Amino acid sequence: MRTDVNAFLGAYPYRRVPGTSPDAVLAAMDRVGIDEAWVTHLPGVFWRDPTEGNAWLLETAGKERRFHPVPAIHPGLADWRDALRAAIDAAAPAVRADPTFYGIDPAGGAMRELVAACGEAGIALSLAVRFEDARQRHPNDHASELPAAAVRALIRSDARVHLLVTHADRPFVEEVHFGSTPDEAARIWWDICWIWGPPEDHLRTLLGSIGPARFVLGTGQPLRLPENADAKLDLLDLAAADRGAIESGNARALTGP
Amino acid sequence: MLIDVHAHFLHDRTPRADWRERNASRLGAGERVGITIHVASILGSWGATSPTYFPSLPDLRYGNDWLLAWQRQHPDRVRGYVAVNPNYTAESLAEIRRCLDAGMIGIKLAASRRANDPLLDPVCRLAAERGVPILHHIWQHRRRDWPGQEASDARELGELAARHPRVPFLLAHIGGGGDWLPSLHDLRSVPNIYVDLSGSGVDGGMLEACLAAVGFERLLWGCDLTIETGWAKLRYLEHLLPAAELERVRWRNAAAIFPAGAFPSD
Repeated sequence: MRTDVNAFLGAYPYRRVPGTSPDAVLAAMDRVGIDEAWVTHLPGVFWRDPTEGNAWLLETAGKERRFHPVPAIHPGLADWRDALRAAIDAAAPAVRADPTFYGIDPAGGAMRELVAACGEAGIALSLAVRFEDARQRHPNDHASELPAAAVRALIRSDARVHLLVTHADRPFVEEVHFGSTPDEAARIWWDICWIWGPPEDHLRTLLGSIGPARFVLGTGQPLRLPENADAKLDLLDLAAADRGAIESGNARALTGP
Repeated sequence: MLIDVHAHFLHDRTPRADWRERNASRLGAGERVGITIHVASILGSWGATSPTYFPSLPDLRYGNDWLLAWQRQHPDRVRGYVAVNPNYTAESLAEIRRCLDAGMIGIKLAASRRANDPLLDPVCRLAAERGVPILHHIWQHRRRDWPGQEASDARELGELAARHPRVPFLLAHIGGGGDWLPSLHDLRSVPNIYVDLSGSGVDGGMLEACLAAVGFERLLWGCDLTIETGWAKLRYLEHLLPAAELERVRWRNAAAIFPAGAFPSD
């Protein structure tokens, strides 16, 4: 079993990206041997009310057993707890929030309320550091990248919450991991999609310094080629158990108690 | 055959204490990916004693000498670009002659002087005379000056390439930062610029856009700082291209623009 915890469905507003339909993402998963994917409704990230994409996402994932929905929650909107309840009822493995795209403080009161609610409900919260390299973003795409300080603040704000942080690079991971207590750090999982392989060997370094239990397979597809996550794992001499943990076992721990 | 047209190595006078490990990692990962030849450059001291993109003459000479020795140590794996700072015209021309005579196969221009500046013309004339390509560092769609480099973009490189139609130019790392889409628009009408596919960017749609803009005939495979992204692009290209066209991107296009005999297959 190989699980991609970081995949998207739907168009990206800032450039044409091929292969964003559910069928196309399934075909890409077949191409690289991914069995199941946690999917986000990509256009919704950029909507004033990102939860308006959740109905389509839940319906689409409900029709395809290989998709697991990651609905969006905007904790700045009054009825966000209804969206969270709907995600839990749909057995979503996680919900997501993109506070810098919503225009809210990424470590502010609303986000802390969401973190507390996720901790209470036992559902993971997914946060993306970025979607594209800052040097190539569209001139109108001004949302800040997620600050590492916000992740540290959020994990400290609730003793139960599990965070999945995607699109983080090595300095970000190290800053948060070693800026957290062991208990806090043990409740954060990192996807590997933005971590460099050889010759800089950032992923190898992190697996040695932090350990394989904290990392999960995430591709960022179709915004990024899913082959990239595979290639960097293939360039490591990982024990089968460690690779299996990164490819699926750790994701199960992420969704557990 | 698989040729990485954009590689780098480090040496003992760079700021990196782990320079040996990084070099070994590149060669080791290259073996796993199947890279036949790493065509590499060293930008002076990589910032230790002069800036990476504004290297001093002694630093350039030391780096080029180190790379020549590395090439001799790995004759089946490594070839060199001679790196120069075109602000020093006479010295650059002499260094190019020296290093090509010693076995290097191309010229690396980074970001010491804008690509469309006339100071680069003597270097290009020498490249034409010697029959070698020029790999030019690029900031895709540069909208302003960035600290630490006098970077160029595809349009500026296009002006230089138009003045030197006999010289093959490699537009560096299309996935290496900056907005690659305007670069591709700029390159359509400049037939002597090839797209180096290296860089950490693995954007969905980028390879399709490269193929639409310049065709498989002007794509060159490479990695730069991230071998896994090069391998990912190669794996995806295997689904996009028929075998004969993939061979062009893997190595045949490179073999056609580097000097005869530069690679084992020649």
